[in-house]
Amino acid sequence: MGQLISKLKEEIIDVLNLEDVGPDEIEDKDPLFGDGLGLDSIDALELIVLLEKNYGIKIDDPKKGKDVFYSVQTMADFIERNRA
Amino acid sequence: MDSCFITKSCSIFGKEVLVDGSSVYSVDHATGFGEFIKAVYKHFGIRFPKFYKMDSLSKLAFITSELLLNGIDIKHRFKPEEIGIVLVNSSSTLEIDERHYRTIEDKSNYFPSPALFVYTLPNIMVGEIAIRNKIMGENITFVAEKYDPELLVEYVNLLMANGKIKGCICGWVEYDRTGIRYESYMYLVEKKDFTNRNVKFEASFLEKQYRDMKVYNYGTINQ
Repeated sequence: MGQLISKLKEEIIDVLNLEDVGPDEIEDKDPLFGDGLGLDSIDALELIVLLEKNYGIKIDDPKKGKDVFYSVQTMADFIERNRA
Repeated sequence: MDSCFITKSCSIFGKEVLVDGSSVYSVDHATGFGEFIKAVYKHFGIRFPKFYKMDSLSKLAFITSELLLNGIDIKHRFKPEEIGIVLVNSSSTLEIDERHYRTIEDKSNYFPSPALFVYTLPNIMVGEIAIRNKIMGENITFVAEKYDPELLVEYVNLLMANGKIKGCICGWVEYDRTGIRYESYMYLVEKKDFTNRNVKFEASFLEKQYRDMKVYNYGTINQ
């Protein structure tokens, strides 16, 4: 799980162009949106693409997004549960 | 129609930034646009994390507007709806259009990027400037064959004359499809000449300034 979390942090920084942020600055359980990294709705769409492209996981129910993308930890948990 | 005035200008040609015609930043070493514009952003201590997410055209427009408005309290000078933004370019968003196309051309690897897609309209650069400065006046981006100061002067003067705006950020922001040729020439136009320099907002003046900057930077007007 630790390896997956580290990989996810690097992928998030890459796809969202978070040039001022290092992987160490993203806490596993900190919120990604709102007060956390301050991501916006376009970033949310990029994260959905990231899950599908890099992990082959589709989010069919948009209502799930809020919980899945709450933090890097929740994303990693979701990937672990849904990986083929 | 009363004349309006250019109260400040900012331009980026090649690897040099000029404010009111004077060089304020330049780099000698060979570097691509991405590295150059990031260096300008850091050099002037601009803080706006969304900058990194912008496409190249918006980055060029955003940085030019930041340096244009640096030191000017537009919120004090204008109500949000009293200041407009009118920009012109010729390549529209071709560079990002092609990048976006590459994410969708292979149907077996079809992952359209939302972050690229949102920048496939040239007026997004106007939106970035408006959001940053809370500007709510008239705004538009024209796509013209070449730098066309007459179009700008005519349109902005019309907005000023019918009372829609009292000030306008306007100019030329061009980033071609190769990313090799980029240039911006932006100016703040106002009904009142706060500077007392009496620089009138006239197409002939803007054309001459543009030609001089081209020749200075590229050695020719035809670059």
